[in-house]
Amino acid sequence: MKKIHVIASAVALTATLSTNAFAGATLDAVKKKGFVQCGVSIGLPGFSNADEKGNWSGLDVDVCRAVAAALFADANMVKYTPLTAKERFTALQSGEIDMLSRNTTWTLTRDSSLGLNFAGVNYYDGQGFMVTKKLGVKSALELDGASFCIQAGTTTELNLADYFRSNNMKYTPVTFDTSDETVKAFDAGRCDALTSDQSQLYALRIKLGNPDGATVLPEVISKEPLGPVTAQGDDEWYKIVRWSLFAMVNAEEMGITSGNVDAKMSSDDPNVRRLLGQEGIKGSGLGLADGWAANIIKQVGNYGESFERNVGQGSSLKIARGQNALWNKGGLQYAPPIR
Amino acid sequence: MADEQRAVSLPAKPALWRRPAVRSIFFQILLVVGIGYFGYTIFQNTLNNLEQRGISTGFGFLDQEAGFGILMTLVPFDETYTYGRTFLVGLLNTLLVAGLGIFFATLIGFMMGVARLSSNWIISRLATVYIEVFRNIPLLLQILFWYFAVLRPLPGPRQSLILNDTFYLSNRGLYMPSPVYEQGFWLVMLALGVAIVASIFIARWAHKRQEATGQQFHTVLTVIGLVIGLPLLAFLVMGMPLSWDFPVLQRFNMAGGMVIIPELAALLVALSIYTGAFIAEAVRSGILAVSHGQTEAAHALGLRPGSTLRLVIIPQALRVIIPQLTSQYLNLTKNSSLATAIGYPDLVAVFAGTTLNQTGQAVEVIAMTMAVYLAISLSISMFMNWYNKRIQLVER
Repeated sequence: MKKIHVIASAVALTATLSTNAFAGATLDAVKKKGFVQCGVSIGLPGFSNADEKGNWSGLDVDVCRAVAAALFADANMVKYTPLTAKERFTALQSGEIDMLSRNTTWTLTRDSSLGLNFAGVNYYDGQGFMVTKKLGVKSALELDGASFCIQAGTTTELNLADYFRSNNMKYTPVTFDTSDETVKAFDAGRCDALTSDQSQLYALRIKLGNPDGATVLPEVISKEPLGPVTAQGDDEWYKIVRWSLFAMVNAEEMGITSGNVDAKMSSDDPNVRRLLGQEGIKGSGLGLADGWAANIIKQVGNYGESFERNVGQGSSLKIARGQNALWNKGGLQYAPPIR
Repeated sequence: MADEQRAVSLPAKPALWRRPAVRSIFFQILLVVGIGYFGYTIFQNTLNNLEQRGISTGFGFLDQEAGFGILMTLVPFDETYTYGRTFLVGLLNTLLVAGLGIFFATLIGFMMGVARLSSNWIISRLATVYIEVFRNIPLLLQILFWYFAVLRPLPGPRQSLILNDTFYLSNRGLYMPSPVYEQGFWLVMLALGVAIVASIFIARWAHKRQEATGQQFHTVLTVIGLVIGLPLLAFLVMGMPLSWDFPVLQRFNMAGGMVIIPELAALLVALSIYTGAFIAEAVRSGILAVSHGQTEAAHALGLRPGSTLRLVIIPQALRVIIPQLTSQYLNLTKNSSLATAIGYPDLVAVFAGTTLNQTGQAVEVIAMTMAVYLAISLSISMFMNWYNKRIQLVER
C-alpha cells in the first residue's frame, strides 16, 4: 500500500511540475538548442523568400534574425519553418516553432483566444484588390458580382465578406491553401480579382505570367497591422522578441546603421549610448548581453535599412514607406524609448 | 457441471488468486482500467494545458457567426450563418463529391476491367495503358493536372462557349438553367414514385412467372414506359408546372441558373479516373477467378457472350470483387480531402481549414472532422459488408 502511495504522489508531482514548468520554457529551450525556430511564409518576395541556395531573406525574416542576433550575437542562428496561413497558429501553439514572423494580422480574436501574444507591428498594411487591366475596373465598388481568389485562413477572407456585405454587393470567393495557388488560379482566369494585403499584392504580381497586365486598385478596405507573434506563457521570451523589433526602429530614429554602428560606439549622445549598451540598464533587464542591440544593428541593420533592402527602393517591389515611415516623418512606426 | 467435476478431482481447491479464470478476469479488468486512465489523463492534460496557455476550448464556437463566404454550398449559406453551418456545408460538399466519385469510378472500373480481358487486341491494350498510367501517378498531381487542364484552355465568362443560349461553358464553370418548380409539380413527383414502385412489382412478378412457366416478359420496355409515361402524363394534366431559370451574363460572371464549378469537375474527374483504374484491376481479378469451364458451359448451353458475362460470370466474380471494391470506395472518400489543394470547399478545406484557423480551436475541429470521416467510412463499410453477405455463395 505504501508503495502505491509513493508512486501516486510522484505521479502527481511530475504532473504539477510539467504543467508549471513552461513559464520561461521557450527561452530556456531556445538557449539550450542554440538557435531560433522561426515560422515564416512559404514564399513571399520581400517578406520571406528563400533563394536557390536556401538562404532566407525578407522583412519578416529580418525580425527572426534580429532576435537571434540579440540572443546569440549571431543573426544566422535561425532555422526557418515555412508555413501556410492555415498552419501558422497551430505550429506556434504546439511549440513546433518558437516565434512566428509571417505577415500576420494583429486582431482581438487572435490575441485573446488563440493563446498568442503579438510582439509589435513590423509592417502597417491594408487589404487591397488586384485585377486584370483588360477588365477596365477603376474602383473596388465596381466589383459587384465578381469572383475573388483568396488565401484560406486569413483576415482577408473575413474583410472581403464584410466589405461586400456593407456595400450590398455580391461576390464569389474561391479559396486556396497557399498564396502560390491563389496566384496561379488568378493567372488562369478562375477569378476576376485577387485580394490580399496590399504589400502582398505587389509581391504576388511579380509571379504573374504577365505582371503588367494586372493592376492594384486604390481602395484599402481594412487595417492590417502585421507583426511577429509568440506563444502565450513565456513573458521573458516575448519581451526579447518585442524589444528586438523596437531596437531596430529606435536605431533608425537615432540614425544608427549597420555601417556606422562601430563609430557610434564612441558617441556622446546618452540615447545612443544606452541603445548600444554603453550605459543605463543595458541588457540585464532582458537577460541579454549588453551589446544585444548593437549586434542587431550590426548584423541585420536598422528598421529603415531592412525595409529599403527587402521591400523598398533597394528591392524589386519598390514599396514607398508610407504608413511605415517613422512617427516623426509622417508614418506610424514608433518604438518606446530605451532607458 | 464440468467445473465442479474438475474441482473434485483436484487434491485441494486452489486459492482464489491462483485460479486461471479469476486471474484472467483480473488482468483484463486491469488492462481496461489502465487504458481508460491513460485516455483520461491525456484528455485532462490537454484541457489543462490549453487553459493554461490561454487557448479557448469547448464547442461554443459552433454558434458564433462565421463571417466568411464559401464558393459552393448545397444548403443556404452566407456570412451571417454560424461556424456550425460551415461544418454542414463542408460535410455535404464532401458527401457530394464522394458519392458522385464512387458512382463514376465504379462505372469506369467495370468497363475497363472487362475491356482489359477483351479478346479484341486494341481494346485490351488501351485498357492496360489506362490502368497502368493512372494507377501509378500520385493522385494530388492528377488533381492539379485536371484542374489546370480544365481551367487554362477555357475562355473567360464573357467569351463563354454557348450552346443553344442555355448552356454556357467558361473557366467559371458550366452554367445551365435550373428548374423552378411551380404549383402542382408534386403530382409529377408522386406519379414518378408510383411508377417506380409499380416497376419493382412487375419485375418480381415477371421473374417469378419466368421461373414457373419459362415465359419471358418485356420487363425493360414496360418499366421504361411506366417511369417516363406516368410522370409525363401528370405533367401534361397539371398544365406543365415547371419553368427554367436561365443563366444570364452580367458584367463579370453569369448569374442565375445552376453551375458546375471547375473545382468540382476537376476533383471528380481525377478521383473517378484514379480509383477507376484500381477498380478495373479488382474486376479483372474477379472475372479471372471464375473458372473458364463456366464460360464454356454457358456457351455450350447457347448463351451469347453478353448473357454469359451478365448471368454467369459477373455474379460469381462479384464475390471476389466486393471486398476489394469496399477498400477502393473508402480510399476514394478519404482521398476527396485532397480537394483543399484546388479550392473545392469540402469538409477539410472549409471546416478543418478556414473555420479552424478563424477560431483557433484545432483540437475540437480536428476531432469533429476525424469523427465524420470515420462515420462515413464505417457506413460505407457496413453497407458493403451487408451486400457482400447477400451475394455470398449459399451452400446447400
